[in-house]
Amino acid sequence: MNSANHNILQIKDLKKYFPIRKGFFQRVAAWVKAVDGVDLEIEEGKTLGLVGESGCGKSTVARMILKLLEPDEGNIIFRDQDISRFSEKDMKPIRKEIQIVFQDPYGSLNPRMTVGQSIEEGLRILGIPRGEKRRGRLEKLLKTVGMSPDSADRYPHEFSGGQRQRIGIARALSVEPSLVICDEPISALDVSIQAQILNLLKDLQDQLGLSYLFISHDLNVVGYLCNKVSVMYKGNIMEYAPTEKLYEHPFHPYTQTLLAAIPEPEPGRKQAAITMREDIPISAPPPPGCALQGRCPHEAPECRDEKMPFVKVGEDHFVRCWRVGQNGVARYEP
Amino acid sequence: MIEESASPPDYGLEQPLAPRRTRLEEFWLLFRQNRLAIMGLIIFILFFCIAFTGLLLTSGSDPVFDPSLVRLQEKLRAPFSKPHLETLRPNEIPTLGIYLLGTDDLGRDVFSRMLQGAWVSLTVGFVAVGISVIIGIFMGGIAGYFGQRHIRLDQVLVTCLLSAGAALVFFNQAKWGAVLLVLGHAYIFYLLLMRLIAVRKIPPKRFELLHLDTISIDTLIMRLVDIMLCFPSFFLILTVVALLPASIYNIMIVIGLTSWMGTTRFVRAEFLSLREQDFVAAARALGVDNFRIIFRHMMPNAIAPVLVSATIGIATAILTEAGLSFLGFGVPPPHATWGNILSDGKNFIFDAPWLTFVPGFSILVVVLAFNLFGEGLRDVLNPKLRERH
Ligand SMILES: Nc1ncnc2c1ncn2[C@@H]1O[C@H](COP(=O)(O)OP(=O)(O)O)[C@@H](O)[C@H]1O
Ligand SMILES: [Mg+2]
Repeated sequence: MNSANHNILQIKDLKKYFPIRKGFFQRVAAWVKAVDGVDLEIEEGKTLGLVGESGCGKSTVARMILKLLEPDEGNIIFRDQDISRFSEKDMKPIRKEIQIVFQDPYGSLNPRMTVGQSIEEGLRILGIPRGEKRRGRLEKLLKTVGMSPDSADRYPHEFSGGQRQRIGIARALSVEPSLVICDEPISALDVSIQAQILNLLKDLQDQLGLSYLFISHDLNVVGYLCNKVSVMYKGNIMEYAPTEKLYEHPFHPYTQTLLAAIPEPEPGRKQAAITMREDIPISAPPPPGCALQGRCPHEAPECRDEKMPFVKVGEDHFVRCWRVGQNGVARYEP
Repeated sequence: MIEESASPPDYGLEQPLAPRRTRLEEFWLLFRQNRLAIMGLIIFILFFCIAFTGLLLTSGSDPVFDPSLVRLQEKLRAPFSKPHLETLRPNEIPTLGIYLLGTDDLGRDVFSRMLQGAWVSLTVGFVAVGISVIIGIFMGGIAGYFGQRHIRLDQVLVTCLLSAGAALVFFNQAKWGAVLLVLGHAYIFYLLLMRLIAVRKIPPKRFELLHLDTISIDTLIMRLVDIMLCFPSFFLILTVVALLPASIYNIMIVIGLTSWMGTTRFVRAEFLSLREQDFVAAARALGVDNFRIIFRHMMPNAIAPVLVSATIGIATAILTEAGLSFLGFGVPPPHATWGNILSDGKNFIFDAPWLTFVPGFSILVVVLAFNLFGEGLRDVLNPKLRERH
C-alpha cells in the first residue's frame, strides 16, 4: 500500500478474539473472532470510511485504536509510533490526539454531569486552569459545534439526540485531537438531523484539519465524507478503494451487495441482483477460507480452503476474494 | 487549533429543548406525588430535630431534662400525671410540671429518657450505616471496576506471610513474627521498586510460578460477601458484642462491619453496567485517571440504590441496637436507649404499660418512617421512572 509517512494512523494485521466462557469454572468454550487481521490506513487530514454490517467488529477496531481494549495481535501505528503495546502511562500524550464520537447520543454523555462539566474534563486534561479562561474555551467549543454557550449549565436530558451528538463532538474536540474516530455518529439520528451532523463534521475537518475514521453500516453515508473506504465483513477487510472507485466498480461480491442495498435515486438504472444467502451466526466456529462462504453467490471450491490474500486490482484498490484474478478482472459475472 | 477558528459554522446556535429544571426540582416534583414517602420524610426530620434537641437538653452536669434523676417515691406514675410536689425537693420537680410520658420503676422521667435515647438511636443508625456504606462503596467499587484483574500467587503468599507474622507477634512469639513481617514487607518494597525502575520487564522464567494468576479480585470480594451473608447477622453481632466491652461505639462499629454486603452488591452491579457505558469509555479516551473516573464519573450514577439501601439500613440499625439493648448487650446503663427502656419496662407491662408502649411505638414509627422514605427514594431515583418526565 502507500508509504507510511503521510499516514496519521496505520493498522497492520490487527486481531481481537473474545473468549466465550462456559460452565462453573468459566472455561473458554469458543472464541469470537471479532477482529481477525485488519489493515487500515488513514491519511493526514483525510477521512477513511469503515463500512460493514452490524456486529462485524467495527467498534472493536475503534476501541483498540483508542486502547480501551488491548489488541491480541497486530500493530497500531500512530504517527510513526507503534502504540499497540503501550501501557496506560505511555498512552497519556497519545490520548489527546485520538478521540471518539459514539453512536448512541443517550449513553455517551454522563447523565449526572452538566454538559459543561463533561466537556471541561478535556480542558482539565489540557491543563487549562479553572475559571474565566476555561469557561471561555468551553463556550467557544460549544459555539464551534453549533450549540448556544448557555447549554453548558444544562444536563444532557434537556437536549435532543442531534444536540447531544454535537455535545459529544465538542467533548471530543476539547483536547484538540488530530484524529477523531466517528463510530456510527449519525445512525441513531433522524434523517433530517443526519445531514446536519455530517455537515458539521465536514466543516470541522476543513476548519481544524482533522483526520477521521468514519464508521458506518451504510455505504450511502460514507460517500459524502470519505476519501477512501474499507469494507469490513466478520472481522476481515474485504475491499479497500477510493470512494468513487468503490461506487463505480466494486469488485467484491459483498461490496456489491452493500451497494445494492442503497435505494437508487434514479429508477431507470439497473440494480445489481445479488441476494445474500442465510446468515451464519458469528459465534459458530468459523471455517477456514473466506469469511463470506456460505453466503456468497459466486462461491467456488477454493473459497473454503484458505484465507485469500489482499489483491491489488487498481491504483489504491485492493480486494480480498479468490475469484478476483491477479489482473483485477473478476472471474464471475458482476 | 480551536482558538484559531475565526467564526463558528453558520447553523444558528442550537438551544436546549426541555425547560430548565435543576435535578433537585425534578426530584421534588416526583417525590411530592408519593404521600407515604412525604410522611416518612416529615417524621424523619422531626426525629432528627427531637434527637438533636434531646441531646442538648439531657446532657451536661445540670441538664434541663435529667434522665437519670431517681425519685423512688414517684415510681410508675402514669403519663400526664401531676407530681406530688410536697414529697419532692425543688430540683426533683419535672421541668414540664407533669410527667408527660410517666415514670419508670425508679421514678425516672420517661420523657427525659426517651429524649436521651433518641440521640443514641440516631447516631447508632447513621454512624453504623455510614461505616457500612463506606466499606460497601469501596469493596463494590473495586470489585466492579478492577474486578477482572487477577491476584498473583506471590501476592497471596505475601499476604499469608504477613498475617502469619502478625499472628505470631500476637501470640507472644515476637522474634519469629518479626522475621516474617520483615520478609513480607521487604518483598512488597521490592515489587514497588521494580515497578518504579523497570517499567515493563518480563519476569525471568524461574519466577514464573510466582506470577501465576490465582482468583480474580471480583471473585475474592464477592465470595467474602457470600461468607458474611451466611452468618445470621444478629447472632454474629451478639457474639461479638458479648466479647467486646459494652459501649455505644463498639455497637456502631460492629453493626457497620456486619452490614456492608448489600451495598457492596449494589455498587458492584452498578459499576459493572456503568463501565461498559460510552460516557465512561469517553472519559477513558480523554485520559481521565481511574480515581477520577470512579469517583467523579461513575459514583454519582451508582449512588442512587446505595442511598435507598442506606435509608432502609438506618432503620435496620436502629432496630438492631434496640434489640441488643433489650437483651442487655447494648449501651450500658444508666444511659437510656429506647431498647433498654423497653427492656426495663417489660417487667411492669401490666402495671405500667406505657413503659413498653412509648419506646415500642417510637421504634415502630421511626423504623416505618425510614422504610417509607427509602422506598419513596427508590421510586424517584429509578431512572426508568425519571425518563418519563
Ligand atoms: N467484550 C466482548 N466480549 C465478547 N464479545 C464481544 C465483546 N465486544 C464485542 N464482542 C463481539 O464482537 C463482535 C463485533 O462487535 P462490534 O465491534 O461491536 O461490532 P460492530 O461495531 O461492527 O457492530 C460481535 O459479535 C460482538 O458480539
Ligand atoms: Mg458498533
